[in-house]
Amino acid sequence: MSDANKRDAKAFAVVNHSVPRADGVAKVTGSATYASDITLERMAWAKLLAIDVSEAKRQPGVIEVLTGNDLGSLRPYYGHAVKDHPLLAIGKVRFVGEPVAAVIGADQLSAQEALDKIKVEYEELVPVLDVESALAPGGVLVHGMDYIGGAFRGFDDFPGGTKNICQAVHVEWGDVDAAFASAAHIAEGEYYFPMVYAYAMEPYVAVADYDSKGQLTVYSSAQHPFMVRHDLAEIFDLPLNSVRVIVPYVGGGYGSKSYTKIEPLTAACSWKVSRPVKLQLSVEEAFLTTRSDDARVYIRTAVDDSGKLIAKQATIHLDTGAYAENSPMVCRKAANRIVGPYRFPHVRVDCLAIYTNTVPASSYRGLGAAQITFPVESQMDELAHKIGCDPQEFRLRNLAHSGESIHPGLRPIDADVPGDIRLAAETLRSNGPLALKHGRSVCCSCSDAGAHPVTLAMVHVYADGSVSVMSGSTEIGQGSHTVLAQIAAEEMGVPLGKVRLVGSDTGVTLFERSTGASRTTTLMGRAVMEACREAITQCKSMAAELLGVPAGEFTEERGGIRHGKDWLSWPEIIERYFQMEGCGIIGRAYLRRAGALKAVPVFWEIGVVGVEIALDEETGKISLDTLVTVGDVGLAIHPAMTESQDLGAATMGLGIGLFEELIYEGQQLMNGTLLEYRVPRFSDLARRVELKLVENHDGVGPYGAKGGGEGCVNPIGACLANALYQAAGVRIRRLPLTPERVWKALQEQKSQAPASQRKPPAAPKTDVTKTTA
Amino acid sequence: MKIGFELNGKAASLEIEPRETLAEVLRARCRLTGVKLSCEAQVCGSCTVLVDGLPVSACTYLAYEIRDKRVTTIEGLADPPGRLHPLQQAFLDHFAFQCGFCTPGMILAAKSLLDENVHVSDEEIIAYMSGNLCRCTGYLGILKAIRQASAEMKATWKENRSTS
Repeated sequence: MSDANKRDAKAFAVVNHSVPRADGVAKVTGSATYASDITLERMAWAKLLAIDVSEAKRQPGVIEVLTGNDLGSLRPYYGHAVKDHPLLAIGKVRFVGEPVAAVIGADQLSAQEALDKIKVEYEELVPVLDVESALAPGGVLVHGMDYIGGAFRGFDDFPGGTKNICQAVHVEWGDVDAAFASAAHIAEGEYYFPMVYAYAMEPYVAVADYDSKGQLTVYSSAQHPFMVRHDLAEIFDLPLNSVRVIVPYVGGGYGSKSYTKIEPLTAACSWKVSRPVKLQLSVEEAFLTTRSDDARVYIRTAVDDSGKLIAKQATIHLDTGAYAENSPMVCRKAANRIVGPYRFPHVRVDCLAIYTNTVPASSYRGLGAAQITFPVESQMDELAHKIGCDPQEFRLRNLAHSGESIHPGLRPIDADVPGDIRLAAETLRSNGPLALKHGRSVCCSCSDAGAHPVTLAMVHVYADGSVSVMSGSTEIGQGSHTVLAQIAAEEMGVPLGKVRLVGSDTGVTLFERSTGASRTTTLMGRAVMEACREAITQCKSMAAELLGVPAGEFTEERGGIRHGKDWLSWPEIIERYFQMEGCGIIGRAYLRRAGALKAVPVFWEIGVVGVEIALDEETGKISLDTLVTVGDVGLAIHPAMTESQDLGAATMGLGIGLFEELIYEGQQLMNGTLLEYRVPRFSDLARRVELKLVENHDGVGPYGAKGGGEGCVNPIGACLANALYQAAGVRIRRLPLTPERVWKALQEQKSQAPASQRKPPAAPKTDVTKTTA
Repeated sequence: MKIGFELNGKAASLEIEPRETLAEVLRARCRLTGVKLSCEAQVCGSCTVLVDGLPVSACTYLAYEIRDKRVTTIEGLADPPGRLHPLQQAFLDHFAFQCGFCTPGMILAAKSLLDENVHVSDEEIIAYMSGNLCRCTGYLGILKAIRQASAEMKATWKENRSTS
């Protein structure tokens, strides 16, 4: 971008400072409004269950009962990648938990009670419950019909009716077979990453009002309001200007609120009864709405005799569940990201997203990267041990440096991964000599992040010196309302308190494709910066006209212009130009895949995490002694929030690494409640936490910023498995590393090895965090 | 049934159904939506409110049990209104939240802890607060915020003791 990117950090007035959060006071005083808090006049409540008939309609307080047979003129199938998802089950129920009927009651209790009166008769079909049976020739088909692609381009080759394959991605370069034939050493193995649930604390909620004028307004907890708008417009055959999606504060998402969820059903209820309807899911229902894809990964990696990586081959099978949702993208990203930040001359990856009769899988923080970083970074350690090399040195020898390409045709690496790894390793090493039954590991991930860059923004600059930023990015807790306001204040030279964020509201704000893939600071931040600069350009022409001199005769200083002894601020120029108080102008920016954003990905998101664990051999319990995160973010617009994002991501990764797994028995999800599904608690906090930021101004975002907040979820699983290997010499290739699983592995090791050999492995003779410069 | 109680320092009386939970009554009838509902099974702590100064999970606590008792929600914490409680200020200072959904329950649980024992150690904070889940922050900011509030409240406590 311009020279502004190269600015000395000290030159920033607002950005790169941990200013108070824009949403702070509202959130600590209980006045922040979430979609769950919204009620409308004459609003009815809808509650779901799996069944239906007429007795429910006769219950007091029941307004209507909606089933898949009552959808009349609607186009009930939606999906941004594949339109395979009916808003209510039609003909077939594809997973336990799929909505079959909706009761619309005058209040929540009436709706709830009527659910018990619904009766359904099912003819039980043979379910497809795992990827092996899904892929078996001649097996049962989850869908068995053809669907069409959704708003996204590039998923049109949906295999549909003939197979249970939702998406197949193949990535290949070089000559993999020849490389493996010539390899000095090869490591291979199969790994399993479990199904997990994001547990956003606010469950899915939507309030829909389909009014008599054919205007549909939806309040939702959605991350991507514009994608939801697209789906709703298609379902109800409405023009885009008749669908308004408003997203207030969102109680957590982590990918699980990406794309369309319950908005079509809620809107259909409102359409049916001609009054506003609220649908509030419980956490138990949310468990049955979206989960992550699990992943069975076979991977083999080859090195030459100098310890240089030469080839990688992988097969990834994702259990995508009953509907595509965003799994086609997870599939594509997992295939891309399995290469990691390493130089590989030869690569072949096959990734399948596979339909089964289970809860639909979709985006989860990391988007495919968490699933494949566990196998990749576990195997990097295994291979290092096999060739007698320190794992860190092995990584450093093979990491791509800034500016090098890891994927032919994609943007070169815009980060200093070797430096990040060294920083994490040095920080861990300051713990001193490794205690008995402790283990350390530093792992990394590299994700093609940012998603498709279409981001539009505008800023209103008012004559009184206040500024409104109109942004379609959702404030989901990541702090975007603060960061975007900081950028506007920095550019316009106004105090931060004078900047107000407006959004997300598709009726008011310009188009933003999505709030995910760690893109907001990079893309919306850049759009806000460009919109401010466009407003400034307008102000300068106004000033030239006012002063009667060419623009070249005055100098721009932050906040306005200087002409001789005169200083004119932007607001003053606006007021004098229009000769009107209370006036304002608009600056706008339209980002698309062009110019600096032509190369994909928008940026590479690096995840670097170091851990030291302590193992209790009696019980198999792993506890986290030290956690180090490194955020290679170009420039932290808000350092404290950036660090907090990294810790949050690492903590989610810790949950998957140690406790979290959705367990199926037959068609039934067995642990779909918070009582049985254990997420990280206060007591899981590491003894020592170090949150590091690396700011090399190397991103395409404002001032060289790039995204963060997802990377640190990815490496944790492998960090824990590698540290466990160092602590006890057992290698576990599936997550989570529950005490039972670890204890069994320790017992197995004891029963196999004679007493004299019961000691940690020979290979990691040195501290694995030891690095060479 | 009609119940009388004290809500955020003011006398209140309400007609309620015996089966209604405290969370339902506070959110729907009193419009105190700072009470957040998540797991509805006493695991997550997001619905925590104080009854006679002690934390309860409003999701499963029957509303009639508050009769003749004092109920404090997040909306009643700033005293006087507009002046933030030391915990609220500390949560702001340490960026101890992101999405904010757990925050009201988190702050109220921490208040009951500090009201009971302002001289609290990290271990005690961690043990006491483990019934409140946060999915965004990884807890460190919250720990620091409670430490800061504890220090400030200790100072006030000393001041009060020396002046009394």
